[in-house]
Amino acid sequence: MRNKLVYILGALVAVLFVRNLYVILNVLPDEANQGAMYRIMFFHIPSWWTAGLALTVAGVTSGLYLATGKMKYDAISVSVTEVAVAFLCIGMTTGMIWARIIWGIWWTWDARLTSALICVLLYGGYLILRNGIEDPTSRARISAAFNIFAFVDVPIVWYSIRWWRTQHPQPMSLPPEMWSALLWNWLALILLMIIFIKMRLRQEEMRREVDGLRRLAHAI
Amino acid sequence: MTHAVAADDVWKYYGDYPALREIRLAVEPGSCLALLGRNGAGKTTLLRIFAGFSKAGKGSVSIFGRDARDLETRRRVGILGHGISVYDELSAFENLTLFGRLYGVADRRKTALDWLERVGLRHVRDGLVREFSRGMRQRLAIARAFLHDPQVLLLDEPFTALDDRAIAVLQTVLRDALARQCTIVLSTHQLREAMELATHVALLARGRLAYHGERSAEMLSDPGWLYARYGES
Amino acid sequence: MAFWSQTFTIAAKDLRAELRSKEAINASFSFSLTILLLFSFAFVEEATIDIAGGLLWIVFAFAGALILNRSFARELPNDCLDALIAAPLPASALFLGKALANLLLLLAVEAVSFPVFGVFYNARWTGQFWTLALVAVLGTWGFTVIGTMFSALTVNLRLREVMLPLLVYPVMIPCLMAAMKLTGHLIGGEPLDAEMMVWMRFLIGFDVIFTALALALVDVVLVS
Repeated sequence: MRNKLVYILGALVAVLFVRNLYVILNVLPDEANQGAMYRIMFFHIPSWWTAGLALTVAGVTSGLYLATGKMKYDAISVSVTEVAVAFLCIGMTTGMIWARIIWGIWWTWDARLTSALICVLLYGGYLILRNGIEDPTSRARISAAFNIFAFVDVPIVWYSIRWWRTQHPQPMSLPPEMWSALLWNWLALILLMIIFIKMRLRQEEMRREVDGLRRLAHAI
Repeated sequence: MTHAVAADDVWKYYGDYPALREIRLAVEPGSCLALLGRNGAGKTTLLRIFAGFSKAGKGSVSIFGRDARDLETRRRVGILGHGISVYDELSAFENLTLFGRLYGVADRRKTALDWLERVGLRHVRDGLVREFSRGMRQRLAIARAFLHDPQVLLLDEPFTALDDRAIAVLQTVLRDALARQCTIVLSTHQLREAMELATHVALLARGRLAYHGERSAEMLSDPGWLYARYGES
Repeated sequence: MAFWSQTFTIAAKDLRAELRSKEAINASFSFSLTILLLFSFAFVEEATIDIAGGLLWIVFAFAGALILNRSFARELPNDCLDALIAAPLPASALFLGKALANLLLLLAVEAVSFPVFGVFYNARWTGQFWTLALVAVLGTWGFTVIGTMFSALTVNLRLREVMLPLLVYPVMIPCLMAAMKLTGHLIGGEPLDAEMMVWMRFLIGFDVIFTALALALVDVVLVS
């Protein structure tokens, strides 16, 4: 039954991607200054929005774990964060490719890019930290505390272009057909995120079931 | 009457392994409970939960009806664990006044000096702990644990590896404490010393409470009796 | 008020213990002076004024790490941490006491480093002295709070030595960047302008948020 939902969502995502790619590649015109390259924005921007959304959820569930002690919040925290890190990497890579083509540089140390890189390092650190603790309860507790600290960087990434002058472009107004494409692609990515989270959650639940059975076996 | 120390259906897991299972235990005020068991039976784990260092995986513990982590409760509990819990870089006197301050002891300098006298360390009050012999460190640890006049004492294998002088000091201090109606829970392998002090006995075997009751005459005359009767085969 | 009394008791205890053993503080001073000397040797004088802010805070961060990493780990021998957790001492008081002690030790290292910098780089750095001192305190507090907190977070981990640097530096980066920018500007003798005030507000905000978070979470992290 759980599998069915994943397959349905998967099919929906596939359809959406086909539709979106068609629109992005064929329907939309070349942008005035950037030519064809700007089309990567339709993946770059929603990837970061998705990652930000996922990390906010992870921050909240980490707080909920510390408040209630229920292991399901820990399972959600790790699943959501892992998927978020994947989207962070997509966001970084697409951004760097765009920058190389448009500005001629792979990287610059402006506020947005620096805080974004810190974000990747922090949540990567979260995953490494989890790997380093064997006891499930300690792991949940320590990583939840770390997740909350890491989350402080997320608003910094978001507001960095408002607070400082950055190389990274400022928010701009877009013609409606571009907004539409952007939002449709975001929908596809959100559904993809949900699929990955569900799969990871299921894996985490199975792991806990196995742990529970092992405990039972030891207790007998 | 509120139990001095109580455990209600306590479970504790280390990873997969259940270190404690279904522990239901109540210790009356003024009694002395000897907690027995082989190594790995769960004695230290249970004491750590009573002391508030760990939280039970399932179930709860209470000290005088309140949570073990409560600040007021912590003020009334004295702990003597495996480590001596005093600072090597500080002097004996500095260590005791430090803990005196943390526990809010009135007139902590005098109390510290009195305790140094009692454990026979007055003459080295300004010596740094790192210079002390093992026996001296252990006696300082005893002073630290009892300094704030606790009503509940949790002692994890307190007689292990003590020299004769330290054992004598500890026995005197514990008897005085019992005379003042303190409650003591101590885990031990030293059955003879334990049986002399204990009013009640509990035996842990593989995380379960195998026996809990008053100390009987048989236990006093043959300390190994309990293990033979209720321990693992 | 018992809270503050206990906080200062812990701070005094840490300072006394550190000043007697001098393990971390000696390493910290030596590291700081060595790096400053080496960089003075390696780079042309004119270039070093430009990089002064960055250089000084890299030195402070790494010299500081030598002190901060030991913060809670120093309680492990003799099981002293257990005694502190068992005492009627709020974990936040324990944390704050240690953070204050660390702050004082680090400020001592900085107080020596700045004049050394002035001498070996032939730099005039006292133009905006009081503002610079304020930035030094704010920046140092920021990364002290983080270092002390993460020392608590990792104290019971098997892989503490490996994990701590890995986790701590990314979190410190925003604070260090702000301090670097501000220090570089102030060493040049210029008062803070609007652009720099953004960094100043950022630094203050960083300090407030992480101090609050650390005080809130330290109890959860120490009791297993």
